[in-house]
Amino acid sequence: MSREWPLWEIFIRSQHGLAHKHVGSLHAPDAEMAIKNARDVYTRRNEGVSIWAMRSSDIAASSPGDKEPLFEPASSKVYRHPTFFPMPDEVKHI
Amino acid sequence: MDRDRTLLEYLLRLADSDLILAQRLGEWVGHGPVLEEDIATTNVGLDLLGQSRLWFAYAGEVEARIKGKGRSEDEFAFMRDAGEFRNLMLVEQPNGNYADTMARQFYFDVWHELLLCGLSASSDARVAEIAAKAVKEVHYHGERSTDWVIRLGDGTEESHARMQGAVDDRWMYTGEMFEADAIDIALIDAGIACDHRKLAAPWQQRVAAVLSEATLTQPSNGWMQGSGGRGGRQGVHTEHIGPMLAQMQWLQRAYAGAQW
Repeated sequence: MSREWPLWEIFIRSQHGLAHKHVGSLHAPDAEMAIKNARDVYTRRNEGVSIWAMRSSDIAASSPGDKEPLFEPASSKVYRHPTFFPMPDEVKHI
Repeated sequence: MDRDRTLLEYLLRLADSDLILAQRLGEWVGHGPVLEEDIATTNVGLDLLGQSRLWFAYAGEVEARIKGKGRSEDEFAFMRDAGEFRNLMLVEQPNGNYADTMARQFYFDVWHELLLCGLSASSDARVAEIAAKAVKEVHYHGERSTDWVIRLGDGTEESHARMQGAVDDRWMYTGEMFEADAIDIALIDAGIACDHRKLAAPWQQRVAAVLSEATLTQPSNGWMQGSGGRGGRQGVHTEHIGPMLAQMQWLQRAYAGAQW
């Protein structure tokens, strides 16, 4: 058995209506303690209204080596951006 | 006039327990068992320091009503000797190991939250206001220390043994928290103070529940330090407060009025 506490990724929602944002990671023995530690490590300056914690080991990540096959094909396909539609002047914030 | 003198004394009792415990928790800075605990424990200490400043500020105003001039927060903190401090004996006890620190914190937090709940109904608007602000912080302190008592008590064989030793050793300092002397009673009668004697039952109930969940044996009631009006709140202290105040006060004593 490892004597090290597992690593947790911490997500904070800064205000109602916004999504949780990854803020960093920390060590904790379990989920409950991860939330408590996150409160003390990441919300000291009134940053959040909600905390999520998840085990870092539970995150599936793409491999940096797969960058080209994963992302490069999209760069030549500008028509996927919704910039080819004429927008009425009345519509704001797009 | 007399009312103000008793109120000043009572405010110093509130302020000093916060200040002394904050200083003790500050001793953990850079020495916490893990980074996250180091930050969390320091946060609790800073909360308590902030609360002590509110009480000291009010104490200074009350003193000004009596003498024309009241002491500043710094003068209260740095220019009084051990015999003038009015904190509970419990909070001046050394940090020991982490279980020792958490046992001290747990006993204090449960009491502190009950006390502040009582004080938020004080007939003195300022006292009620400060207590209502502080109680939210203290509720969280209690959650943390409760959590640690349970984790360490119901943990490994070694953590259990250390936690049991920690709750046993500090038990004799808990009796003082539930006594009321003439100063308390005068202010209880005036509706300003909270009756500490009435906090004993809910405190014991909460502590018993947590100790049982932590698979710890509740210490047996024996001689209580500081009982009979001869405790920290009357200025009678254990040997531990002296070295601690020396550490806390030396800079202001050597360079009076020094500022960062």
